[in-house]
Amino acid sequence: MAGKEILNIRHLNISFTQYEKGLRQVELPVIRDLDVTVREGEMVAVVGSSGSGKSLLAHGVMGILPYNASMGGEILYEGEPLTRERMDRLRGEEIVMVPQSLAYLDPLMKIGPQIRKGKKDAATRKKLKDIFKRYELKEEVEQLYPFELSGGMNRRILISTALIGNPRLVIADEPTPGLDLKVAKRAMEHFRELADMGAGVLVITHDLELALEVADRIVVFYAGMTVEEAGASDFDTQEGLRHPYTKALWRAMPKNGFQYIGGTQPYVKDFSGGCPFADRCDRRTEQCSGEIPWRQLRGGHVRCLYAE
Amino acid sequence: MKRKTKSNRRTRVLLGLTLSLVFLAAVCIAGCLCTEAARTADFGRKNLSPCFPYLFGTDWMGRDMFARTLKGMSISILLGVLASVISALISLLLGIASATLGKRADQLITWVIDLIMGIPHMLLLLLVSVALGKGLKGIVIGVALTHWPSLARLIRAEVMQLRESPYIKVAQKLGKGRWYLVKTHILPHLVPQFLVGMILIFPHAILHESSITFLGFGLSSEQPAIGVILSEAMKHLVTGKWWLALFPGLMLVGTVVLFYVAGESLRKLLDPGSVHE
Amino acid sequence: MKLEAKNLKFRYGQGERMILEGFSLEADSSERVGLVAPSGVGKTTLCKILSGYLQPEEGEVLLEGRPLSSYKGYCPVQMIWQQPELAVNPRMRMRDVLAEGDQVDPEIPEKLGIEKDWLNRFPAELSGGELQRFCIARALGRGTKFLLADEISTMLDLITQSQIWNFLIEETTRRGIGLIAVSHSQGLLEAVCTRQVRLKEEREHHHHHHHGHHHHEHSHHHRELQE
Repeated sequence: MAGKEILNIRHLNISFTQYEKGLRQVELPVIRDLDVTVREGEMVAVVGSSGSGKSLLAHGVMGILPYNASMGGEILYEGEPLTRERMDRLRGEEIVMVPQSLAYLDPLMKIGPQIRKGKKDAATRKKLKDIFKRYELKEEVEQLYPFELSGGMNRRILISTALIGNPRLVIADEPTPGLDLKVAKRAMEHFRELADMGAGVLVITHDLELALEVADRIVVFYAGMTVEEAGASDFDTQEGLRHPYTKALWRAMPKNGFQYIGGTQPYVKDFSGGCPFADRCDRRTEQCSGEIPWRQLRGGHVRCLYAE
Repeated sequence: MKRKTKSNRRTRVLLGLTLSLVFLAAVCIAGCLCTEAARTADFGRKNLSPCFPYLFGTDWMGRDMFARTLKGMSISILLGVLASVISALISLLLGIASATLGKRADQLITWVIDLIMGIPHMLLLLLVSVALGKGLKGIVIGVALTHWPSLARLIRAEVMQLRESPYIKVAQKLGKGRWYLVKTHILPHLVPQFLVGMILIFPHAILHESSITFLGFGLSSEQPAIGVILSEAMKHLVTGKWWLALFPGLMLVGTVVLFYVAGESLRKLLDPGSVHE
Repeated sequence: MKLEAKNLKFRYGQGERMILEGFSLEADSSERVGLVAPSGVGKTTLCKILSGYLQPEEGEVLLEGRPLSSYKGYCPVQMIWQQPELAVNPRMRMRDVLAEGDQVDPEIPEKLGIEKDWLNRFPAELSGGELQRFCIARALGRGTKFLLADEISTMLDLITQSQIWNFLIEETTRRGIGLIAVSHSQGLLEAVCTRQVRLKEEREHHHHHHHGHHHHEHSHHHRELQE
């Protein structure tokens, strides 16, 4: 963990307004008090199930939230606040996002120009060649359109588009939706390589087991809140983990006994405050309905009054 | 969880919708109440330009143009309501039939849609209206028969797409019959399109009714329909009686615009995507 | 009861890529069969054929020796879809969604952790995991003899996944419902299924369940694999 901090998200809140019945508008806090740090050469995975609000995180950092969303808190990039102007300057160059959907590829543009973003200089061309070699893409692919390639190839193209600049920070939003294990692993490994080359990588995913194989640190997201930040190796044993939810996750893994606890993740609308996991936790006390600080513990972070 | 009470977009849209509906209803009712006033001729007050008791002036027979315009508009609106309801129902029926009754039915209905869309509205309307002996009946049926195809096509496409949606396929596998699917899954889904489509047929219906009456193929000249008023006004326009055409014309345009506003507001309100605003 | 797929051949339209060719499978209602296949092999397509959503170009699907398409009304083979959001009508309350099933035992939603209050909600007011519980309950009506689960827990968290699968194992065992599961996760299939079938390759893995959930041993060998 010696690398320089590249991305620093502090107390991030994202909420969006929604119409309830008829004319009443409600503000839904989708992400509450989120803290994430990404360092040079490090791959951090934010893991949460669908409905935990994690998909807005990438959009929030990239400054491309939908118009009905609002954001609070602080985002620092290399120690300086990431303002809208700064983001506009860095987006696509130093900070890139690999979107979830292949639909982000322009169907009417050949692969080569699409990755080079129109640049034709020798350096860019050479870089493209190198990227293609690394991802086992043939040179002819440059002259093809996205529809002529398989899904897996297109995914590599999406990643290549992110690599053509000199990314210092890569944000990947759910990069493995519905992919089978082998392809998903390969996609994750591509991001791992980016981190090994010195970039900071933030992967947002629902697949904890997959994230554990490649990421350095895991940030566990539950009902819009970060409940624990742990090193990947902390997941080797249940004792290495901190939050009761993370421990329950661990026990629910097929290889660790496939046990489960009752209850469900609360829907943001129903959630009133305090620890979102309190309902399902056997160590809950009255204090759990109050404010719970994000504190350091054994080299990681946890949001639980009783974790030790 | 904060609740926003200040005026949001939805409230404004709803306000627009209510205001236009209230205005249209008011015109309608007022028109029905001044049937007598619209007919009364008084040569002692003929050709007055707009002044206090006669806001829209009077015509060459001394009839109050304000009353005549209101009456004309209310006839147009009622006729428009009738025509667009019939038209929208035809669209709904044929649209659903086309998408659910198999290939043959679909081909036939699509052919009819193309056929009617291929003939200019006015021409077909003229033919139907004349064939049915002009008058109210001819116009209502004429407008109703000419205005359904675009909505029917929309509904057909919507149902086609809907039929492919997993939840309908699941319902089929759960043993639900065709009628159940139409009733519980398809019709409720079509309500917004249907209502909006119906309201948007309105302005067309009114404009077409007025134009065909203006041309003399529609309502008879005894009735103070907007088309009749406008066509009569044409004869007097050259003699400088501008108010005879201006106010009824403005009223017609205003009504049409209001219906359009109502339709668009409704569309915005019913669009599920507008939840996130 | 036996569900058989014989020599299935399928593609989406003439001239398209062949998705399935000469695929055969035999599953007994006492089994939980896991289907393993690389992406692009058409696992979802296979599920849809096995549950009657799609008709194969060649070959047939038989339930108890009778073509599946000859069962009118409620289909005894029910499929649970990967994305519950698409499998429920967004304009229907969950109570009515559940009522579409074939007289679903009221105990089932309870065992699945469906809360009373959710019944009055619309799908948009529930999370993916909550919706999937409804879809599972709906598919477990009286007439269900086989259940096809197409990646039903991929988008859910591990705890929900474990809740749902433990329930399904118990329920299908109790009622003698056959289960065919597709998942990209080998670990999950190992924990859930009584045996696994690999598509595209000439190998078959027999995995015996190590949680004591299954009661029938399947020593007989199945030949349902294709080239």
